[in-house]
Amino acid sequence: MAVFEPEAEGIVLDVEETGGDIVGRSPWALAGRRFLRNKLALAALGLFILIVAVSLSAPLYAKHVAKTDPFKSNVTGTVTIDGKTIDVIQEGTGKLGLGETPIGPTWKSQYFIGADGQGRDVAARVLYGGRASLFIGFGSALLACLLALVLALVAGYFAGATDLVISRLMDLIWAFPLYLLAISLATVLLARPTDKPLKIGPVTLTAGSLWIPLVIIGLVYVPYVFRPIRGQVLSLREKEFVEAAVAQGAGSFRLVFREILPNVISTVVVLLPLMIATTILTESALSYLSIGVQAPKASWGTIIEDGQGLLYTRPWVAIAPGIMIVLTVLALNVLGDGLRDALDPRSKVRMK
Amino acid sequence: MAEPLLDVKDLKVSFRTEDGLVRAVDGITFSVDEGEVVGIVGESGSGKSVTMMSVMRLINDPNAIYEGEILYKGRNLMGVSQDAMRQVRGEEIAMIFQDPMTSLNPVYTVGWQIEEQLNEHNDLNKGQARQRAIALLTQVGIPKPEQRIDDYPHQFSGGMRQRVMIALALSCNPDLLIADEPTTALDVTIQAQILELIKNLKQEFGSAVVLITHDLGVVADVADRILVMYAGRIVEEGNKEQIFYDPQHPYTWGLLGSIARLDRPRARRLTAIAGQPPSLINRPQGCSFRPRCPQAFDRCRAEDPQLTTKVGDGHLDACHLSIEDKRERRDRTINPELAETA
Amino acid sequence: MVTFLVRRLLGLIAVMFALTVLVFLIFFETPGVDPAVLMAGRHPDPQTIKNIKHEFGLDRSLPVQYGLMMKHLFVTRDLISYGTRTKVIPEIISATPVTLSLVIGAAVIWVVFSIVLGLAAAVLRGTIWDPLLMVLALIGISVPVFWLGEIVNLFTQSRWHGFFLFSWVPPLGYTPLTQDPLKWFEGLVFPWLTLSVLYVGFYARVLRANLIETGSEDYVRTARAKGISERRVLVRHNLRTSMITFVSLFGLDFGILVAGGALLTEVVFALPGVGLLTYNSLTSLDLPVIMATVIYGAFFISLASALVDLLYAWLDPRVRPT
Repeated sequence: MAVFEPEAEGIVLDVEETGGDIVGRSPWALAGRRFLRNKLALAALGLFILIVAVSLSAPLYAKHVAKTDPFKSNVTGTVTIDGKTIDVIQEGTGKLGLGETPIGPTWKSQYFIGADGQGRDVAARVLYGGRASLFIGFGSALLACLLALVLALVAGYFAGATDLVISRLMDLIWAFPLYLLAISLATVLLARPTDKPLKIGPVTLTAGSLWIPLVIIGLVYVPYVFRPIRGQVLSLREKEFVEAAVAQGAGSFRLVFREILPNVISTVVVLLPLMIATTILTESALSYLSIGVQAPKASWGTIIEDGQGLLYTRPWVAIAPGIMIVLTVLALNVLGDGLRDALDPRSKVRMK
Repeated sequence: MAEPLLDVKDLKVSFRTEDGLVRAVDGITFSVDEGEVVGIVGESGSGKSVTMMSVMRLINDPNAIYEGEILYKGRNLMGVSQDAMRQVRGEEIAMIFQDPMTSLNPVYTVGWQIEEQLNEHNDLNKGQARQRAIALLTQVGIPKPEQRIDDYPHQFSGGMRQRVMIALALSCNPDLLIADEPTTALDVTIQAQILELIKNLKQEFGSAVVLITHDLGVVADVADRILVMYAGRIVEEGNKEQIFYDPQHPYTWGLLGSIARLDRPRARRLTAIAGQPPSLINRPQGCSFRPRCPQAFDRCRAEDPQLTTKVGDGHLDACHLSIEDKRERRDRTINPELAETA
Repeated sequence: MVTFLVRRLLGLIAVMFALTVLVFLIFFETPGVDPAVLMAGRHPDPQTIKNIKHEFGLDRSLPVQYGLMMKHLFVTRDLISYGTRTKVIPEIISATPVTLSLVIGAAVIWVVFSIVLGLAAAVLRGTIWDPLLMVLALIGISVPVFWLGEIVNLFTQSRWHGFFLFSWVPPLGYTPLTQDPLKWFEGLVFPWLTLSVLYVGFYARVLRANLIETGSEDYVRTARAKGISERRVLVRHNLRTSMITFVSLFGLDFGILVAGGALLTEVVFALPGVGLLTYNSLTSLDLPVIMATVIYGAFFISLASALVDLLYAWLDPRVRPT
């Protein structure tokens, strides 16, 4: 019988003896488990992937299903439905009988949801538009998050004058009402005559390039992502584990990368889908106002703008891309919520 | 013998979780008499807080399952309506909590919060309520109460805030005060003051007190009776002298051995209880303390010990060792210098 | 208090200065952008450009141009638009009531609805209503406001205009309150509802999250332990502290909208407010108007931010200077 001596070894616990199993899991694994249990978030992820896949398949759709080039004007074209040949653009069906009206939805492979004012296949355009919107949405969100992350790490970690300068700069950009800043930059850049494209170093940006709206929207949202991350870095700095690392002789670089960054990453991970949702909405607004994506390219926003003139006669041109936006943004929001719940579950859910 | 004020009978509280059913409280029976001070001692996870929160029915978890009875003045609180329970809270049974920094609402003045409770349970006009609040603040030792009554919680120090909490709790003259780790978040010197205050409550207000703590030293001065809890059950129960001078359960020995005492030679190291508390989902077979108990023998694995009176009146413990065995090993464990006590 | 106001005022002036300089630089210094060329239309000839330059003082140095513009804006108050050739300040003044009508109406609606929705969702946690209401809120923030406006117009102006439900909706545009209050109201109902959809969704979610968080705070537990009714605990303790965040966010959003952030709604419903004015001036590169709207906007946002700070201190005693 062991005597309870202060110097004796602690009792070795047998897993069987305690009767329970204590399995260590990393916080990421725990979060992953929680996320996988969230059916709604998984459905949202699935929806988002579906939308991306469908948009990426735009060229296939255009070639094999719609059999058309959705960027080429087709004002005089015809389409054969049920054996009958119909003009794509017909006599006006509006009240005054003036003008022309493109055909409405055929619900068949060609001109599935009809044609726009230029006789182009709207369904195919919506798919191509998805590529542009998703590209810009994802790219600008990523740009904003990465840039904000770097700036926030620098500002939060070095604090003092560095922080002051960077923070004031962010405040200035943020003070500029969001749309105004985007609109200003876009208007100015796009106001160039088409024969004089913008040259930045080796890169030539034509007015129709998708990179312009991408960079503009990305820059505009940097302050928004910057603020919470900087706050977190500032408070992490004071935590004991950072002190401990410093006591071990860690240099600045290592501290930022090994100690602070991993803790901040989860905030960025949660923010990313929400930012993509925001940037997609912003891009669609800018494109709708004709200062985002430019012809000949198309995005969901530009198609809505195309559909504005046809709103009362051929509403599907405007409705379809909007539905795509709603579905994508909704999926991203649910996904973002799911990620946040997985990484920081404080709510009590009723168990079976 | 008069009817006990609080009579808890075989209380079981479990929680449904992702990993299974957590048995936080696994069958407790105890009682508190009028004017008595009872200390409940145990480490984190022993179920002490859950027990008393259940008495107040303050656990807001849809996954909680309750069994057993909680009789207060003869009435089973488990079965009363929400409205009836609300009347009990604050007026008959009051509770103060561990962290005075966060337990008071930061946007209302201290006076407002005391008056809120007074107005809920009494019919006073504004002037009367205010006077009563000032009187209460005086009673708990807050200086310049007529001015301080209009201050906000963040304008008080930790110890002062806890006094305010006590004033709040006693404002309607409850017969039972539950204090959940009231001194854990405070400095040691302030701790002593608060405990002194609680000790005087019996005289001034006549209320019974249940003092929950993980620190045996805290109850040494204040409590009449002490319950030692482990893994959701009571493992030993007795009055102050019995627990401190004739403890029967190895866990209690561990707790006592880990306290620094003035009457011991300095050379001794404090003992720690090796190991971790058990999983409350899958209890070990037999005695739940066995994996950490240096005195364990084969009967401990086979049979779950019951809490029964073995050595004296009102002194219960849940250990298979015989009384002689216990005394022998205990003395070797806690205080080898001391001769046997009977 | 005085120091607070003075600090804010100085900050406002600094921000306005920085913003106007920034706008100036964007429009004049971006490589390849020459406002005179832009204003001259397609294929301009050099003489036209020169005339325009002289007329608008664009052949002077930049700081001088800046100074001139500021003088016209603040001192003589007779700044003239490049596009319409009329005075800028009256244009803004006449656009302001339109924006205010739109934003204030929408704000009332969204505050009421978001509090109701957020409270309901938090109180009904565990039932089917909570996720249902939150999905509704999510849809609210996922719909592009201009598209929603288009759909609303589709039905109220065209498709279902015949129905009694929508036959009263006037054609797109704005009627001043003083001219015809009923028509003013009718013309704003749908813009109000459309604009508030987004904000109801957002604020309902924010409020619900806040309520749940404060609901688990210790002082709420203390309040319950005092024996207070559940309703009182909810309103006086839980909601009261949650409103602090709600109000500060609201103040900022309100300020942004008044400053011209409602431009999408104004465009879709053809309301000649500040947002629409800003948009038109930007696309036609009408610098004086842009300047004026930027300053107007910065002023309102700073004002809103200062008011929010004051409100915050009133709601949360911990923040007050002792």
